[in-house]
Amino acid sequence: MADAHKTALDDRLSALSMPEGGGWLGRARKDALARLGAVGLPVRRDEYWRYTDPRALTRVEAPEGADVDAGDPFDGLDAVTITVTDGVGGDLPSLPEGLEVQRLAEAGAPDIHWAKDLYGALEAAGSRPVLRPLATLNSAFATDGLVIRATGPVGTPVRIVMAGRGDAILHHVVKVEAGASLTLIETGTPGARANTAIEVDVAEGGVLHHLRVDGGDDRHLNAHLFARLGAEATLRSFAMARNGTLTRNESTVEFTGDDAAATLAGAVVGEGRVHHDDTVFVTHGALRCESRQVYKKVLRSGATGVFQGKILVKEGAQKTDGYQISQSLLLDDDAVFLAKPELEIYADDVACSHGSTTGAIDETALFYLRSRGVPEARAVAMLVLSFLAEAVEEVDDAGLQERLLEHLEGWLAA
Amino acid sequence: MLKIENLHVKLEEEDKRILKGVDLEVEAGKVHAIMGPNGSGKSTLSYVLSGRDGYEVTDGSATLGGEDILDMEPEERAAAGLFLAFQYPVEIPGVGNMTFLRTAVNAQRKARGQDELSAGEFLKVVREKAKTLKIDADMLKRPVNVGFSGGEKKRNEILQMAMLEPKMCILDETDSGLDVDAMKLVADGVNALRDEGRGFLVITHYQRLLDHIAPDVVHIMADGRIVKTGGPDLALEVEKNGYGDILSEVA
Repeated sequence: MADAHKTALDDRLSALSMPEGGGWLGRARKDALARLGAVGLPVRRDEYWRYTDPRALTRVEAPEGADVDAGDPFDGLDAVTITVTDGVGGDLPSLPEGLEVQRLAEAGAPDIHWAKDLYGALEAAGSRPVLRPLATLNSAFATDGLVIRATGPVGTPVRIVMAGRGDAILHHVVKVEAGASLTLIETGTPGARANTAIEVDVAEGGVLHHLRVDGGDDRHLNAHLFARLGAEATLRSFAMARNGTLTRNESTVEFTGDDAAATLAGAVVGEGRVHHDDTVFVTHGALRCESRQVYKKVLRSGATGVFQGKILVKEGAQKTDGYQISQSLLLDDDAVFLAKPELEIYADDVACSHGSTTGAIDETALFYLRSRGVPEARAVAMLVLSFLAEAVEEVDDAGLQERLLEHLEGWLAA
Repeated sequence: MLKIENLHVKLEEEDKRILKGVDLEVEAGKVHAIMGPNGSGKSTLSYVLSGRDGYEVTDGSATLGGEDILDMEPEERAAAGLFLAFQYPVEIPGVGNMTFLRTAVNAQRKARGQDELSAGEFLKVVREKAKTLKIDADMLKRPVNVGFSGGEKKRNEILQMAMLEPKMCILDETDSGLDVDAMKLVADGVNALRDEGRGFLVITHYQRLLDHIAPDVVHIMADGRIVKTGGPDLALEVEKNGYGDILSEVA
């Protein structure tokens, strides 16, 4: 390990203390700390941090951040809502049939728990071959989190609302049992800094819908998703963000069972001092699985967008269908989009494609709208919304789609 | 209604003159046609009047109802009552045709100080007008012009015209890419809008559109100028003898 990684880790550890508690959770934390000690924290010259400076995420003191009420598109939605303030979960509401939710500390106390096999384990699996030390740090030092299990079709979405301005480290574990289904919604990222991780295990034929909306401008967020999909399982994950000083979304998906499908999508609106990085790694290790990545960004006035997306098809993962598109719309000359699409394929009967585009608004379409009397700003907003809508359409629920589009419209009108 | 005087236009990016002194006046209630060979400047005239980027007016003027339009933004020209039916209507993925129409109608109403139409009022009007143009509910719901046939795109242009009720309509090669039935449908739509208060400028290569939309005045344009003006007979002459005779006559 290079000295810079070690130095960064030593500095950070000086200000962290591992939450108390023994049991399996304590052992998982110690294991993560040992793994972290071997790799240190990321620095700018690391391959996967070339486009994004990790210092605001790794430094001891959290950056300043205001508590912005950015609105929540899911207000009024019939949901199981749990509020997490400054990284500590609140009271748990009553739960519908087929749904179990526990606080992390509570789940970690007994000797036997289903989450024992997942906590830190999916993170460790997803940290190979690309290191994700901030996720490993999360496994070691998470201040709280939710442990959620769906044992049947759960009709009511689970909604996690984050609040406060603290330096939150949250770690959720989600298990969707065979044939079960669940919708998980995250909103309200804290102002200052947050490191979140969700480990997701979807068993045979299970379905997980995951949505995240980040609205606060001052956010410094490193969000991680680690998903493992069994046979015929489905994952649909969609993240929507407005501004944010620094956002790094890392999503890793591994197909371990045949005939599963995963969609990862994102829509970003960035204006001003904004850096938004979507880093995706999809591993096809089974037959006939289908993965889609659809990422769209609209950037202006100094905003930077990054997309690093990889599809790895392992030997024997025949009939894989992998698709990836990352597109950005730059509304002026001060915006930047950096894209690194990667395909690595070791099977010979697969269909994989990727594409990336960067462009300005379509002048012909803009003129067409204006020639019909639509004022320029409104016409631009319409074209921007239509561009982002293609990512929102990956959300497989008309009602939720409508809420998201309405919220996006509000962001664009602001 | 529309008055163009000594209009000179060059391309913004290069030193190429396209319009070299166009004089033209379209009165309210009249249909004027402009015919002319390729490259004569017909489409440029329509773009310059509607405010498309890429052109520079070096001399002359264009007014609509006495108001100078050349300094206006495209949306201001639209609100002032100018409408261009595009030769190539633009596809806009992700924007529903109905949303587009309603936004346009209400933006113009707002610009003119009128109340916006409610969703219900709008729907009633649009359904009625769409029906006469044989535009079905599916076409109204789909993204603007996406997946439309050539004929559907042109009918959609006429629907927009009918909804926006402009004072001055410019039709740029509206007949291109249309079969006879589609052309008749489009022409019927245009004819339904003819009235005393509205002027039309129909730009076309061929006489055949003018069989369906009978012009009051026909102009021949060549090399950036109107070189000859006459009655409907002039269009028939072009159809019979081509542009050669007329161009050599005025040369």
